[in-house]
Amino acid sequence: MTNELDIFVGNTTLIDEDVYRLWLDGYSVNDAVALRVRSGILEQTGATAAVLQSDTMDHYRTFHMLERLLHAPPKLLHQLIFQIPPSRQALLIERYYAFDEAFVREVLGKKLSKGTKKDLDDISTKTGITLKSCRRQFDNFKRVFKVVEEMRGSLVDNIQQHFLLSDRLARDYAAIVFFANNRFETGKKKLQYLSFGDFAFCAELMIQNWTLGAVDSQVDDMDVDLDKEFLQDLKELKVLVADKDLLDLHKSLVCTALRGKLGVFSEMEANFKNLSRGLVNVAAKLTHNKDVRDLFVDLVEKFVEPCRSDHWPLNDVRLFLNQYSASVHSLDGFRHQALWDRYMGTLRGCLLRLYHD
Amino acid sequence: MPGKLKVKIVAGRHLPVMDRASDLTDAFVEVKFGNTTFKTDVYLKSLNPQWNSEWFKFEVDDEDLQDEPLQITVLDHDTYSANDAIGKVYIDIDPLLYSEAATVISGWFPIYDTIHGIRGEINVVVKVDLFNDLNRFRQSSCGVKFFCTTSIPKCYRAVIIHGFVEELVVNEDPEYQWIDRIRTPRASNEARQRLISLMSGELQRKIGLKVLEMRGNAVVGYLQCFDLEGESGLVVRAIGTACTLDKLSSPAAFLPACNSPSKDMKEIPFNEDPNPNTHSSGPSTPLKNQTYSFSPSKSYSRQSSSSDTDLSLTPKTGMGSGSAGKEGGPFKALLRQQTQSALEQRGGSPHRFCRRREFPFFTLTAFPPGFLVHVGGVVSARSVKLLDRIHNPDEPETRDAWWAEIRQEIKSHAKALGCHAVVGYSESTSICEEVCILSASGTAAVLNPRFLQDGTVESCLEQRLEENLPAGCGFCHIPYDELNMPFPAHLTYCYNCRKQKVPDVLFTTIDLPIDATVIGKGCLIQARLCRLKKKAQAEANATAISNLLPFMEYEVHTQLMNKLKLKGMNALFGLRIQITVGENMLMGLASATGVYLAALPLPGGIQIAGKTPNDGSYEQHVSHMQKKINDTIAKNKELYEINPPEISEEIIGSPIPEPRQRSRLLRSQSESSDEVTELDLSHGKKDAFVLEIDDTDAMEDVHSLLTDVPPPSGFYSCNTEIMPGINNWTSEIQMFTSVRVIRLSSLNLTNQALNKNFNDLCENLLKSLYFKLRSMIPCCLCHVNFTVSLPEDELIQVTVTAVAITFDKNQALQTTKTQVEKSLQRASTDNEELLQFPLELCSDSLPSHPFPPAKAVTVEKASPMNEGNFRNRSAPPCANSTVGVVKMTPLSFIPGAKITKYLGIINMFFIRETTSLREEGGVSGFLHAFVAEVFAMVRAHVAALGGNAVVSYIMKQCVFMENPNKNQAQCLINVSGDAVVFVHESELEVVSSQPPTANCQSSCPGGDVTT
Repeated sequence: MTNELDIFVGNTTLIDEDVYRLWLDGYSVNDAVALRVRSGILEQTGATAAVLQSDTMDHYRTFHMLERLLHAPPKLLHQLIFQIPPSRQALLIERYYAFDEAFVREVLGKKLSKGTKKDLDDISTKTGITLKSCRRQFDNFKRVFKVVEEMRGSLVDNIQQHFLLSDRLARDYAAIVFFANNRFETGKKKLQYLSFGDFAFCAELMIQNWTLGAVDSQVDDMDVDLDKEFLQDLKELKVLVADKDLLDLHKSLVCTALRGKLGVFSEMEANFKNLSRGLVNVAAKLTHNKDVRDLFVDLVEKFVEPCRSDHWPLNDVRLFLNQYSASVHSLDGFRHQALWDRYMGTLRGCLLRLYHD
Repeated sequence: MPGKLKVKIVAGRHLPVMDRASDLTDAFVEVKFGNTTFKTDVYLKSLNPQWNSEWFKFEVDDEDLQDEPLQITVLDHDTYSANDAIGKVYIDIDPLLYSEAATVISGWFPIYDTIHGIRGEINVVVKVDLFNDLNRFRQSSCGVKFFCTTSIPKCYRAVIIHGFVEELVVNEDPEYQWIDRIRTPRASNEARQRLISLMSGELQRKIGLKVLEMRGNAVVGYLQCFDLEGESGLVVRAIGTACTLDKLSSPAAFLPACNSPSKDMKEIPFNEDPNPNTHSSGPSTPLKNQTYSFSPSKSYSRQSSSSDTDLSLTPKTGMGSGSAGKEGGPFKALLRQQTQSALEQRGGSPHRFCRRREFPFFTLTAFPPGFLVHVGGVVSARSVKLLDRIHNPDEPETRDAWWAEIRQEIKSHAKALGCHAVVGYSESTSICEEVCILSASGTAAVLNPRFLQDGTVESCLEQRLEENLPAGCGFCHIPYDELNMPFPAHLTYCYNCRKQKVPDVLFTTIDLPIDATVIGKGCLIQARLCRLKKKAQAEANATAISNLLPFMEYEVHTQLMNKLKLKGMNALFGLRIQITVGENMLMGLASATGVYLAALPLPGGIQIAGKTPNDGSYEQHVSHMQKKINDTIAKNKELYEINPPEISEEIIGSPIPEPRQRSRLLRSQSESSDEVTELDLSHGKKDAFVLEIDDTDAMEDVHSLLTDVPPPSGFYSCNTEIMPGINNWTSEIQMFTSVRVIRLSSLNLTNQALNKNFNDLCENLLKSLYFKLRSMIPCCLCHVNFTVSLPEDELIQVTVTAVAITFDKNQALQTTKTQVEKSLQRASTDNEELLQFPLELCSDSLPSHPFPPAKAVTVEKASPMNEGNFRNRSAPPCANSTVGVVKMTPLSFIPGAKITKYLGIINMFFIRETTSLREEGGVSGFLHAFVAEVFAMVRAHVAALGGNAVVSYIMKQCVFMENPNKNQAQCLINVSGDAVVFVHESELEVVSSQPPTANCQSSCPGGDVTT
């Protein structure tokens, strides 16, 4: 006796969150059943393995049918075939677009192309995430990217509108899209200590201040592309380190203000010129695409690592960066105050976030 | 020219890509009604076309309005080749034809294609302008309301219940016409869908005419079925109960009922007689004009063709103990005289009503209080027929004659039980190749005639004896004469009132009357049975089936009885026995809800006996089994909270409990219960049930008794409307359909193996349901409806539709008490009961939430204006959601809510076919998607009518055929129900206190209302 056909259809579509997770995680029906058995559900409910098998199959079929709609979430809301309460719809969408930290760290900043897709096998092996799940996550990134890439208006709003994600998740996707578009390098060994959250934080600051949208909210791609003009202008900051007088004055201003307040004052004093050169040079290099990609590598190399090797406490880093940025306003010979603020304001935020073990 | 139909095509969305090159579609729409077709413009290159068409106007007869569906076809325009069809929408405009229902149909409809399923949606607005037509000879019956609900609909009051209406129409099945060889599957499916739609429209119109003839204005308990007879044709048949209904819509409607100046409404002739056979005087004399012609020979004019199973002629199938009415041979003649005279003596009313109606049948399963006087037991009849081609579709005489014959038999069975009516009546068929089993069943009953006629006519017949009877047990009292019982049965004095006789068990096909006093909770009881049959042709096959049928009936009955006793209960409600015929087997599935009626005696236990008493180990085995059974009974009593009050025999002081009764537990008579030669379903001479486990068959039986696992804790199940003993439902409901098909291993199938397979199939299915719905605990599966079919040699298909309703656990504990209290109250305030009658009608299935009259009235008043508001309220306000929630339930009510309006009947038939079965996820993927699509289409139609729920929903047919080798499958589904508007009780006050607002549409979150 075998079950040829076995279906259950509710007027309200039944969604089992646990099974949904297993499905999203890319487990086959049999693996999912095995995992559910291990979770002790049989003992709790007194069900049999056959019941579990049938139940899992049903849910998988439903999810499979829903997947097409999940690719364009507004369709899920308008469709008539599955009656799903709004809170459940939101859950389905949110979970479908959720991603694994381990996976996103592998893909962040990479071109979302076929080439990358071919590497998913390796990523799957490396992260222990099933290939199926990797594919879903990758396809989600790509789909969102394709839809919002050339769209006018706020990136986060666009994502929210077209994919109905929560604010939190929409922000994460904005970061993913921003990174993918600018191809920031995040995979280098020295960047491994950084989490997706760190990058997403930086991305948000950069989108707010460094993109076209920061100055003009009516252009295409406004939140995705960096403001080219701004990057060109950044060369002007070079004078801060090239002009010896200016550099000395800057240093003395900072040192005067921080004396007695910094635990690592002497180290700071000794390193000031190196650090300042590092930060200003990073700015000056951003005219080249290649150097834009290496932004995070440079920041870590030129600032985070030197400070860390001297064991600066985070608070000292904060005090230093605040003073370092503010003191420029007192440099009479320096004319690019606004440019400096736009650059340093964001960079300061990023550096503070990146500064940890 | 009595009607103008107006249609506007607004827009489409989510259309499929029809042009691969552009990834877009050039869509236009054809609107067809009758022979007239209109077209919209082509909306170029869009998947979301905005046609915004003019109003297409069809000027049509109302006859056509009733018969024809509105047919909307969405096509893709192609300059060089033929236009491709995207899909169709059929809209039944019947709900627009009566004033109280919907006024407009407007909303998004799924565009359906029989090959591809749903392909996008289309927004349509439909209106009808009807002109008054006073032509007396008209063929239409516009204005007659139809309800699938098998009780008086919630916001109506029954003025008169006229009785049985039936009709059938036949046609050739397009699938079997010669043209089918040359046309595409799509064309053939669409021809079929259209034909069935037409036929059901015609059928409904004809039934409506009959109702008008009876001076009724509605059909309640309307049940329409299709018989796909294959080569020999397509039969669409329907039965229902004609009524005159009054809408409870304004305070005015309450007043006449409450303070009626004429006494007839209040003091209704209650033809209740404690002792019918001694009552020969009285008002019967002026009414003796014998229209109730009953001549035994005539009603039994059965030419007994070989294909005709006549159960009443099979040896003594008098179903057990008052549970069913098959008169036993020796009693026959006497009995007939007896019942006939009893009926005559019963006064004019039954006779009056019989004069009007050929068959005193009622498809209702729940009744206004006081309607049901006595219940005799289940009556059923089956007949095996050979199908032949229907030569003249306009004269479906053979089919008519077949059913008439069966109904006649039912009628005579009812008479044998001293009953003049049959309630909870239903008919069904099972077809395999050219053999067809026709079945009918119902519950023989004595009814209160006050509802069957105009209350003004015969108020003189008033004979109020009701005061003597406490409510809650009256219906259990035997209607037949105890000295001339139609079958052997134990009678005792009613455990409730001690005045009347009751049988020891009661089987019925109706819902539990609301005033019945029940102890504990009920549970679903099923009997399952398979019998192998040799493959045979035509006559031989029919004979073989005919010969098997009585044995099946007998065994099903025995199983039911055993299981009932095992549960410690004494009555079955909602009994439905389905016999399905296949190529090489017969399947029997009986479902019912067991309860413990306080009025009936304690059920005896089950005793096991072996025939080889000298074998020590054997005896040990027997006693072991006995212990297991006794334990199970004890456990079940605890589980279902059955603790009847202990009553000592002395207090009863009745003349009936003879020594027999006392020795009930002491005797262990070993009489074979499996002796087919005797075929005495009643086991009349035994006190306790004795099961002999001498042969393996019986052993199996005992085992199968014990293998039925009770539902996990927190779950209850029943196949009736509501679960006895639970009445604190919350508003969370989940209707579902589950389908399973198993393939039997064909090697040496035996009856036992088959039984086991079938049993496992049903049990596993139930287990799966319990598991799936575990998040709803505490909950009850209500109206569990199993259907079995045998699509192929080795395939068994079981389809289950039911609704899971959660209930409040804390209150659940008190329910038994309140129920009893309620009935006590009822008894003490008997007069008030009548005063409350109209109110009880509208809230009777929600006994825990009685409506204070004032409240109900305000709501009714507000409803016409606030409808839009009501609908929107039902859906949780969510800015994102655009699709209003439509609830579906097989029940006639929605827990925690009040139905404010009935919008019309939903009756839909769909065919789905695929030639890429594997690609669609195999048979399960295919059917899963199809069932989901059917639900979606039902919901869309309800929403377009302005409704937010379907009640009395039923999936009448789900015919699935597959051919995996060809990668093909086909499925036919037929569903029906009543579209309604409901308001949550919690919102009632809010809504009624709000002034009717004009902006109710603007607050609508969805696209279901588009202007």
